[in-house]
Amino acid sequence: MNEQQDIKIKVRKVNVFYDDVPALIDVSIDIPDRSVTAFIGPSGCGKSTFLRCLNRMNDTIEGARVEGSLTIDGEEVNDPALDPVVLRARVGMVFQKPNPFPKSIYDNVAYGPRIHGLAQSAEQLDVIVEESLRKAGLWDEVSDRLQQPGTSLSGGQQQRLVIARAIAVNPEVILMDEPCSALDPIATARIEELIDELRENYTIIIVTHSMQQAARVSQKTAFFHLGELVEFGPTESIFTNPQDQRTQDYVMGRFG
Amino acid sequence: MTDTATSSISIRAAVEERLAQRYRAESRFRGYGIGAVLLSFLILVFLLGSITLQGLSAFSVYELDLDVELEASLVDPVGDRSETSLRQGSYSRVLQNAMREQFPEVRDRRDLRALFQLYTPLNAPRLMQAVIDEPALIDQTHRFRMPISDEMDLYLKGLLVEERVIAASGGLSLAGDGAVIDLRSDTPIFHTLLEDLRTLLNAEADALDARARGLEVQEEVGLAGDAGNADRARQLRQRALLLREQADAADGRLALDGSMPSLIVEAGGGAIKLTELTVDGLAARGEPLLAPQGEQFYDWSLRVIDTPADRRRVSDNQLVWTRALVARGLVKQRFNGYLFTNADSREPELAGVKGAFFGSILTMLVTMLLSVPIGVAAAIYLEEFARKTVFTDLIEVNINNLAAVPSIVFGLLGLAVFINIFGMPRSAPLLGGVVLSLMTLPTMIIATRAALKAVPPSIRQAALGVGASRTQTVFHHVLPLAAPGILTGSIIGLARALGETAPLLMIGMVAFIADAPSLDLSGLTEPATVMPVQIYLWYDGAERAWEARTAAAIMILLVMMIGFNALAIYLRRRFERRW
Repeated sequence: MNEQQDIKIKVRKVNVFYDDVPALIDVSIDIPDRSVTAFIGPSGCGKSTFLRCLNRMNDTIEGARVEGSLTIDGEEVNDPALDPVVLRARVGMVFQKPNPFPKSIYDNVAYGPRIHGLAQSAEQLDVIVEESLRKAGLWDEVSDRLQQPGTSLSGGQQQRLVIARAIAVNPEVILMDEPCSALDPIATARIEELIDELRENYTIIIVTHSMQQAARVSQKTAFFHLGELVEFGPTESIFTNPQDQRTQDYVMGRFG
Repeated sequence: MTDTATSSISIRAAVEERLAQRYRAESRFRGYGIGAVLLSFLILVFLLGSITLQGLSAFSVYELDLDVELEASLVDPVGDRSETSLRQGSYSRVLQNAMREQFPEVRDRRDLRALFQLYTPLNAPRLMQAVIDEPALIDQTHRFRMPISDEMDLYLKGLLVEERVIAASGGLSLAGDGAVIDLRSDTPIFHTLLEDLRTLLNAEADALDARARGLEVQEEVGLAGDAGNADRARQLRQRALLLREQADAADGRLALDGSMPSLIVEAGGGAIKLTELTVDGLAARGEPLLAPQGEQFYDWSLRVIDTPADRRRVSDNQLVWTRALVARGLVKQRFNGYLFTNADSREPELAGVKGAFFGSILTMLVTMLLSVPIGVAAAIYLEEFARKTVFTDLIEVNINNLAAVPSIVFGLLGLAVFINIFGMPRSAPLLGGVVLSLMTLPTMIIATRAALKAVPPSIRQAALGVGASRTQTVFHHVLPLAAPGILTGSIIGLARALGETAPLLMIGMVAFIADAPSLDLSGLTEPATVMPVQIYLWYDGAERAWEARTAAAIMILLVMMIGFNALAIYLRRRFERRW
């Protein structure tokens, strides 16, 4: 099925420096809405750095400098007038190692809506929490123990909790930085299932080391190498018919 | 192939050879560790044990229950029972009358003075306060409880003089009346004492002769010295001669004087101080300090006070009167409540730690209220919000250095700035608290920063990722996780401030304060002292009774510190979250 999808995120000539050492060089890319885009590439190629540009998490790193234009729905991300807090409510993030807050499961999911004022009453908050946990596929397992600490869950459950936490603030984009690398294959499969369900409503960008995962989960794939965006296109063609030699070498397993 | 086989065998042999050595080194190291722990434990036990042993006697006190006649003429001179009138009453007179009633035979002026020294005159204001609190007591007989003097307290605890009691077998008969009494014992009970006393006298004479000889030798040899050496030698020889004559007791009687142990015969509720012993060991002569009832006794004893009267500050009749009061059930040993309910006093028997305790509490309160919020806030800013510049590096270095500054320097600061420039009240808990909080701040900041650093960055990232601001991240997520470490750090800092003396000495909290500060806002500006300073002041006291009290105050301070640390452990356990 060839849907003409809208472009959610437009990136033009973005350069990122860590203390004047270039980490990303002239990256330009269009990320489509309501689909999964995978970033692949060897370690240190800049995929995570690029991901962090999208929700301005690079601001928290000392010595990081971002140049260029990143727009989400036409709004410039790096505009100094834009409050990163507001941005991060629109662009959620899931990290490599599950990091639930050391609070109860309920409070983990409810924290975002609370600070952003998304619920007018306790009942509304309950509804938001339940919906988020359902969408993350965790509700059936935890509905009877919402007051237990989030850290008492297994690794896979924690990662789903973190996804529920990200969803609870109703973002438009979800960034995932190698979300399954710390999980076992069964938990990984569940998360991939979840990602597939989520893409109907959210724009998802997933950084992954596993090409098989990228092939399973994404519609479009971008290959990064040494800070440059080497190739970007539909997932199938990247894997079966790569245009660039470097892409071919990586995909064939000759390095990485 | 054989090469690798042999080389692997030799590797194996080498490893095994070293193995025994490594295990030996390991067990040696373990031994050192255990030895170190044992040694510290022993030192601790020794320290605590010696303090406890010394301080235990201060927790009990001998108290005298005296029935006093609160005659209106003495107590209420104006006659209208008003407080002003009561404050003009002569309460020391009331106490003296009660004592005279107990020992009516005491007439001599000097003896009376000695009698009234069995309690401190500071008890008169206490009696006055009792009457003011309850005016209905006027013209009544009131049982007034007061501690006996610190020396008598030490005596009854066996800490003042060397004494022993020889129970007598056989009978005793008395003859004579008034000031001189002749005693006759059935058994030669005085015999051993005679020999001991003669030996004592001869030994003293020997010592004097030796000194005289020394001076004479100097004179002979012609050493440049005083011209009076020969005279002094002669005097010493004369004294020695007199002592030998005394010991000889050529007239059959050995005279006893103040340079010799006191012998007191206790019989029939009375006490007779011996002035002469006959050489046969059966008879003696003495003066009655307390009149015995009767003339023939089969149940009597001889008290020997080895410390001679000349070398002690308490006289024989004082000891006898005290023993009599004990026998009459008027003097009993009880728990020393004064230690806890009274503030400092010039008299050890009435002195307590209440003033210092309240002073410490008020000072600690101020220190805590100043150093904890400021310290934690400064650490949060430096760790979470400030950008790393040269300026922040400088601040960090300075904070680390300030933590090592000797505490007395903060006292100087308090003196120079807070007292001289700002005019804060000297010797007040408010000022003490401010000075101590300056001293505690660097420690607080360093401990808080360490606790904040220990929170993993993933928590902060998670919070920021969800859209929390920096402040929200710190206060909702980082601070609760760092709380146990911050708590521990603050209580350790406060416990250190509790024991600090030097800076407080400089700002004047070393004066003698006789009232406890009130535990409210006004108490913050009243002159006060703190526990460590009180211990130092008591240590400096002249009377022997202060020794045990100093140790007791140290014990109380240690209990306070242990309490603080126990609180720290409890709070830490409670707030620790598993993550």
